[in-house]
Amino acid sequence: MKNNWPLWEVFVRSKNGLEHRHFGSLHAADAEMALENARDVYTRRNEGVSIWVVESKNITASNPDNSGELFEPAQDKVYRHPTFYTLPDEVKHM
Amino acid sequence: MKNENIIQYIYGIADNTLILGQRLSELCGHGPNLETDIALTNMALDLLGQTRSYYQYVAQLSGDEKTEDDIAFLRIERQYKNVLLVEQPNRHFGYVITRQFFYDVFHLLLLQELQDSTDETLAAIAKKGIKEVSYHQRFSSDWIKRLGDGTEESHKKAQEAVDDLWRFTDELFHMTEDDTIVMQNEIGVDTVTLKEKYYQRVREVLEEATLSVPETKWFQKGGKEGIHSEHMGYLLSDLQYMQRAYPNMKW
Repeated sequence: MKNNWPLWEVFVRSKNGLEHRHFGSLHAADAEMALENARDVYTRRNEGVSIWVVESKNITASNPDNSGELFEPAQDKVYRHPTFYTLPDEVKHM
Repeated sequence: MKNENIIQYIYGIADNTLILGQRLSELCGHGPNLETDIALTNMALDLLGQTRSYYQYVAQLSGDEKTEDDIAFLRIERQYKNVLLVEQPNRHFGYVITRQFFYDVFHLLLLQELQDSTDETLAAIAKKGIKEVSYHQRFSSDWIKRLGDGTEESHKKAQEAVDDLWRFTDELFHMTEDDTIVMQNEIGVDTVTLKEKYYQRVREVLEEATLSVPETKWFQKGGKEGIHSEHMGYLLSDLQYMQRAYPNMKW
């Protein structure tokens, strides 16, 4: 069978309190089917408590050709990390 | 009432889930696409899981050395009490979905009643199964609507399947002698009372799917009494092959 169904991206929240993470993609005719397919394909081993699906064409992605101008300028700016402060011992989880 | 009555009653439920699960598992790797392939196999595993719970209980009730495996693999055709509907072969996707839909609607109604059984084990198995079967019914109903209200070809195939499988639906409500005894002891479900709700639900979905409800009044039955269709022997030879060829083999 030729699959003419559009592609969907699947996001799954594995536990309450955690964020939805990208799990993969699948084909489905519409949003409802995408949810059911995602349930069957990605959560059958007890991986999740919530699912989001979004049609792949609705995602705007950065162009890999632009990686230079987009990401490289950040590589040599260590001062953007808040690591130059002395923290009192009482402050935890920083 | 003897234990044997309850055992026969349980076969009338558990053999359905075993045989339907076997039919669905035949499709593993052969579904129309990856997503539906996995969905059908998931359902096969759900049904197999339910079957195991029932057979483990039968093994306990029978009081001999029998295990769930003996019950699944070593009975002869006449001893299986599944309805004719579930043993029908996988002709095409629309056929598989229609068979599933006709069974799911019944299955859910049955478990919803069985969860109030005075037998605690059966009530617990039913309660656990309801969540799985609710999803099965949702899945198969959605697909009936998609196929019926889809393309000209999918509509035609779905209608053919409905027309062909309709004659097996009435047997779902057939009460064997054992069923009646177990029902009178408040352990079993009076399936006759489910009939009206069943056909109402089925009609609703078929109408939404723009499929017509067959008008035939002729129904076929036999499976629940152990008299199966010509397809059952082939299914069992596949299912039982390993245990017959290598008795007592273990993985």
